[in-house]
Amino acid sequence: MVFLDIYLLEALINGVLLGGVLALLSLGLNLVFGVIDVVWVCYAELIMLGMYGMYFLYTVYHVPIVLAAVVCIVGVAILGVMLHVVVIAPLLGAAPINQFLATGGVLFFLQSAATVLFGIEFRNLGLRLPVLKVSEMFISYSRLLAFATALIGMVLVYLFLTRTYAGAAIRAIAQDRQIMILMGVDSRRIYLITSALGGGLAGLAACLLVLQYDVHPFVGLSFGPITFLICVLGGLGNFVGGFVAAFVFAELISLGGLYLDLEWGYVFAFVFFIVMMFVRPEGLLARRS
Amino acid sequence: MTRYLPWIAGAGLIGLPFVYHAPYPLHILVIILIWSFAYTSWSIMGRFGLVSLGHGGFMGVGAYVTALLWNHAGLTPWVGIPLALLAGGVLAVLVAYPCFRFRIIGHYFALVTLALSGVVLQVITATRDQTGGSLGYTPERYRGGSSLYALQFTGKTTWYLIALGVWAAGLYVWHRVDRSMMRYALEAISEDEDATAAAGVHVTAEKLKITVLSAVMTALAGALYCQYQMFISPDTVSGISVSLQMIFAVVVGGVYVSLGPAVGAVITILLAEVLRISFGTRAVGWDNLVYGVLLVLFIVFLPKGILGSVLDLGRSRGLASPPGVGAPAA
Repeated sequence: MVFLDIYLLEALINGVLLGGVLALLSLGLNLVFGVIDVVWVCYAELIMLGMYGMYFLYTVYHVPIVLAAVVCIVGVAILGVMLHVVVIAPLLGAAPINQFLATGGVLFFLQSAATVLFGIEFRNLGLRLPVLKVSEMFISYSRLLAFATALIGMVLVYLFLTRTYAGAAIRAIAQDRQIMILMGVDSRRIYLITSALGGGLAGLAACLLVLQYDVHPFVGLSFGPITFLICVLGGLGNFVGGFVAAFVFAELISLGGLYLDLEWGYVFAFVFFIVMMFVRPEGLLARRS
Repeated sequence: MTRYLPWIAGAGLIGLPFVYHAPYPLHILVIILIWSFAYTSWSIMGRFGLVSLGHGGFMGVGAYVTALLWNHAGLTPWVGIPLALLAGGVLAVLVAYPCFRFRIIGHYFALVTLALSGVVLQVITATRDQTGGSLGYTPERYRGGSSLYALQFTGKTTWYLIALGVWAAGLYVWHRVDRSMMRYALEAISEDEDATAAAGVHVTAEKLKITVLSAVMTALAGALYCQYQMFISPDTVSGISVSLQMIFAVVVGGVYVSLGPAVGAVITILLAEVLRISFGTRAVGWDNLVYGVLLVLFIVFLPKGILGSVLDLGRSRGLASPPGVGAPAA
């Protein structure tokens, strides 16, 4: 039988909490893909800029942290809109792979802009949330906070998509791009709203990540690829699938890290992804058609 | 005249190191040639719309297998490199066959290969006791330096000629593919897989052949890089950033012309070197900044790349553009 020792339990719980962070990360990307049908390769770099925003506002200019978070979310939302207007909009009719590569160029640009502007030092908020100790297990508050926020964010996005006019229009346009224009929906406006929402979610993720991780110009590379893989694994544009995939990935990484090295955790997660692509190319929760 | 131009240019390139052999420019030329070969290898499949983000992985396998066999098993690179190429090819089959069999195409294919890059990078980092992890790895020097047996040479001229030869061989392969039936089959596949299959083309086999060819060539580029630099690290020969760098250079140079990847390599490497020399450490980040902006501008305004666009201007207009990066969406 399985011997459930305390380390295994701790790894499992931390995996669930990491899953919350990953789910939040994939939420914005999923939304943008589902609606605009474009993969923002530079999504993690938007988060990186949000983390720098938090760092400068809170640590350097001593803005209260909640206000800093709001400014950050709005700022990254504006970046999302700019990304759409400057790069995506001219390429909407082009081959999907071109949009992929162009946002890859934005990734290079943002990464090196951050290097030039902020240098390559690791920076952190200098703020350490306490660690919760439950009978020999250590669980960090920042992870709990991220987990809770991810759940709330999911619910809010769900309510927005199902209960508002703009949300209904977004869902409709994701189903059929041509007809909705005939129905009098301004697709450009919907795309802008979606980009702002995607950017805002990236900003929210940035506010939570900066509580746990140091920020440096290449931080995006450490969780960007994982975020894409989670979105694809869940079925691009499928929110619930993305959520499930995030937790599966997080548990693989966490348990792999417990028994071997953290790197092996990632190897397991990547291999699992490749195998699942062959078994269920439409995503974990897809119905077979 | 144009018929003899390649031969004249080739003779000039071979003669160059005997006339002019300042070490630094020669070093830059060797680097450009090795990367040109790697980029050519990528474009051999990339031009058919098979955009792989996994080539950093193949390059890493080529470099690390060669170096590990030399250091741990004492196998000469003359045996080690073929084994490394075999490893690269097997890896390509393992990932690509199911992809093509289950029709994972477009950006789904790109993302599966992205995961492959990640796997290779993380495995190299995780096995740090054998590979040195992210600190990098150095093949041991064989006795006094230069040795044909160990494929280690201290003279830059030797390396220049080797790299030139390999690059020329890469161009030859590119042209062979360009003139084969395979090219027409693959172009048809990238337009419409079902119609091509109905016309009697074995879609999976054709795609697999080109992918393995491309992967093996990329592994060779990795092995060559390892033997020349005598130092490899996961960041310089494998992983996602190397894969992106390949795509970037090829898109800038031009995917559909044989010399496009070479033009891309010249532009990107010279840009990085010029910035490094003129600004020193202050230039950290600037080269990628310029790359990023260029990549976006190229995709939006010049999807055929510099060389491709220049050649198009020279040629009569109205040619049907090949599918993929430069073509409008179907």
